[in-house]
Parts: sequence; structure tokens; C-alpha cells
Amino acid sequence: MSLLQAFLAIVRRDLVLAFRRRSEIANPLLFFILIITLFPLGVGAQPKLLQAIAPGIIWVSALLAAMLSLDGLFRSDFDDGSLELLLLSPYPTSVLVLGKITAHWLVTGLPLLLIAPLLALLLGISERALGTLLLTLLLGTPVLSLIGAIGVALTVGLRRGGMLMSLLVLPLYVPVLIFASSAVDMATAGLPVSAQINIMVSILLLALVLTPWPAATALKMSIN
Amino acid sequence: MFLVPGFIERFLHRMASPPHFYAITERLMPWLWGIFSLLLLSGLYSGLFLAPPDYQQGESYRIIFIHVPSAWMSLFIYSVMAMAGAIALVWRIKLAEVVAISSAPVGAGFTFIALVTGSLWGKPMWGTWWVWDARLTSELILLFLYLGVIGLYNAIDDKRSASRAVAILALVGVVNIPIIHYSVEWWSTLHQGPTVTKLDKPSIHVSMLIPLLIMAVAFKFYYLIAMLQRAKTEVLVREQNAQWVKSMTEQELAS
Repeated sequence: MSLLQAFLAIVRRDLVLAFRRRSEIANPLLFFILIITLFPLGVGAQPKLLQAIAPGIIWVSALLAAMLSLDGLFRSDFDDGSLELLLLSPYPTSVLVLGKITAHWLVTGLPLLLIAPLLALLLGISERALGTLLLTLLLGTPVLSLIGAIGVALTVGLRRGGMLMSLLVLPLYVPVLIFASSAVDMATAGLPVSAQINIMVSILLLALVLTPWPAATALKMSIN
Repeated sequence: MFLVPGFIERFLHRMASPPHFYAITERLMPWLWGIFSLLLLSGLYSGLFLAPPDYQQGESYRIIFIHVPSAWMSLFIYSVMAMAGAIALVWRIKLAEVVAISSAPVGAGFTFIALVTGSLWGKPMWGTWWVWDARLTSELILLFLYLGVIGLYNAIDDKRSASRAVAILALVGVVNIPIIHYSVEWWSTLHQGPTVTKLDKPSIHVSMLIPLLIMAVAFKFYYLIAMLQRAKTEVLVREQNAQWVKSMTEQELAS
């Protein structure tokens, strides 16, 4: 089996597993929608105010939803021992980890993208900013999965690692949050957003190259 | 290793062995304390009494003699931690693991001091305890990174794997710190525009610079003392079943 085939096999396996347990796909999505519904209730339903804070709300909710879903990335494989088999396989662990992250993003990150137009409507984001919002979600959510994978890999061996993982991962999410929400802000004001988008693309590329490696090392540490 | 003189290389090799490390630090400690107190007293005296008051800020600028060295130390210690972590990951040197984890609480302490003194200074100068300014925000995030490292170390029972986890996290953090720093800087200039913090500072006068530098060196020594003290305890805990620890405690009990 070539490296690419091994990668695709991991992606396919994780997708099949995810679709057999559909509620696990739905939960982060419902969480995302719920948090966004809570904000108008909390800060008041003035359209002006909501419109002003909408990019921040959507992105903070996306961050939290990603955090919540991350725990499932390695958990079941760790529990049933298939993670050890993955580490023992002749392929580089970082590539296999990248495969798991890809599958995870397809089932948790991509749905956020599909539901976002509806939520943008609820919060009154203008139409011209909608495209930018979708683009930032497309570029930003993979980064959340990639960076988050390091945090999960470090804490997967712990019984109650969830809270600790958020402490490890959330500070690292700050750049994505800043650039994504400011891009949507700028787009709402009708200004060009190419600077933010370029930086987000570079963050994504950097994360794609750099994160699977520490995640793989951390997994090996967690296993023994 | 031909760039490093032989006696330094031998010293480093000996320091990597726990019993030698313990003995050497025990002998170094009084000297470190002596140099530290000397520097601290002279730095504080020249900073608080000899340096002239600032022409704009009056006496309250004097907090920089604590604040600025702490802020420097907060970044310095994180990079030391990451370096020690890298050494621990690559060469599996136990002492590097101990140094990395012993640095974390000291670094977190300095970060906290930098934040608190900055906020104390901000109240009379800016009229508020907290501004979402770029530097303050990235310092706050740095504190969270430190707390994450400490939390992760305490959560994992096996201390060898805990140190490896901490080393990985510290390296990830050290790659991220510049990204976080610049993104936060960008964010705050974007949202607020130039604020009080962007006051064009005149370059610092030499009568204030000297005490500042003395304090910076004093803080480095304090870090050494605190880190080595923690490292000594950590080494004792980890090596509690080793022969040298047993014979040492027996000697101490006998005397």
C-alpha cells in the first residue's frame, strides 16, 4: 500500500465510523447553533448590536464547537486499542494522524460551513460579508482541527483531559480568531479583506505542515 | 562540539548526571544568593533613590525597575523551557526535563508580576487597571500558556512521560508565541487605533537605564536560584530510590 492509499484508508475508515454514529456528528453542530442562539438572549436583540458582534459570536462559537468535538478524535481508538495498531503500522504516524484529522474536519468542520449562512441570517450579517464568512470558516476550521489534534494527543491518556485540553488549545487558537473575525468585520464595512485571507491561508499551510508531527510524537508519548 | 572549550563540555556532561548536579548546585547556591542580593540591593537603591524622577510621569515610573525585567524574564524563561524541552526530547537527558518543568512556575510567576505591576502603573497613567492593548493581551496569553504547561505536567502521573508532554507543548508554544504576538498587535491597532500606549517614548536616559539593567541581571539570578532549588527537589523526588540519595540522607541523619 502506498502512503497515499494508507492516508485515504484512514480517512475512509474514520468517515464510515462517523456515519455509523450520526448523533456524534450532529452534537457539535447543535452546540454551535445553540451558543449562537444564546447570544441574542444574553445581550439583547437589537439588530445593530448583533450585527456588530456577529463575526465574533460566530467565530467564538465555532472555536467552542471545535473544542467540544475534538475529544472524539482519538478517544474511541485509544479505548479499543486501534490507536496502538496505527502507531505500529509501517507508515509514518504523522501522515496517519493527518488522515484522522482530515476525516474529523470533514464530519465536524464542514457542517459548520453549511449551517453558517443560516446563522448569519439570524444575526443579520450583510450579504456581501457572507462570502467572506464562509471563506474564513473554510480556511479557519481545518486549523482548529489541526492545532486541536496536538492538544488531544497530549491528553488522550488522561481520564479527565477535556478541561485541561481546552486550557492547552484555546490560547493557540487566538490568531485564527483574530484574523477570521476581523476579515468578516472588514467585509461588512465593504473594505478589502485580502490581507486577512492571505494570512489565514499561510496559517493553514503552516499548520498543515507542522502540526501532524508534534501530534504524532504526543500520541506515542500518550500510549506508553 | 569543537566550538565549545573542553572544560565547559566536561562541566555540562557532569551536570547532566543527577548526583553531580545536586552536589554542584548545593555548592553554588550561597554564591548565587550573594550575587543576587548584592545586585538586587544596588539595583533597587539606584533605581528608587539615585535615578531622577521622570519629567512626565514623576515618581510612579519607578515601577519599571520591577515591571520591565519581569516582562523580559517571562519571555526568556519560556524560551529556556522550550530549549530544555527540545534537549530532553532529542537526547533524553533527565536533567533537561527537570530544568524545563522547574522553569514553568517561575516563569508563570514573573508573567503574573509583569501583569500586576503593569496594571498598577496603568491606573494612574492611563486611568484604568486594564486596557486591551497588544502587549498586555499577549502577556496574558503567555500566562495561559504557562498555566497549560503546569496543568499538563500535574495531570500526567508518570513523570517521565509528563516531561515529554511538557516538552512538546513548550515547543509548540514557542513556535506560536511570535504568531500570537503579532496577530494580537495587529488586532489591537486595527480596533483601537493609536491609544495612550502609543505615546512616543523618549529613549531612556542612562541614569535610569543602568538600574534597569542591574535589576534585569538580578532577576536572572533570582530565576537561577528558584529554578535550581525546584530542580534539586524534583531530582530528589525522581531519584528517591537511587543509591546516592539514600547514602546522602543517611549521612544527613547521622550528623
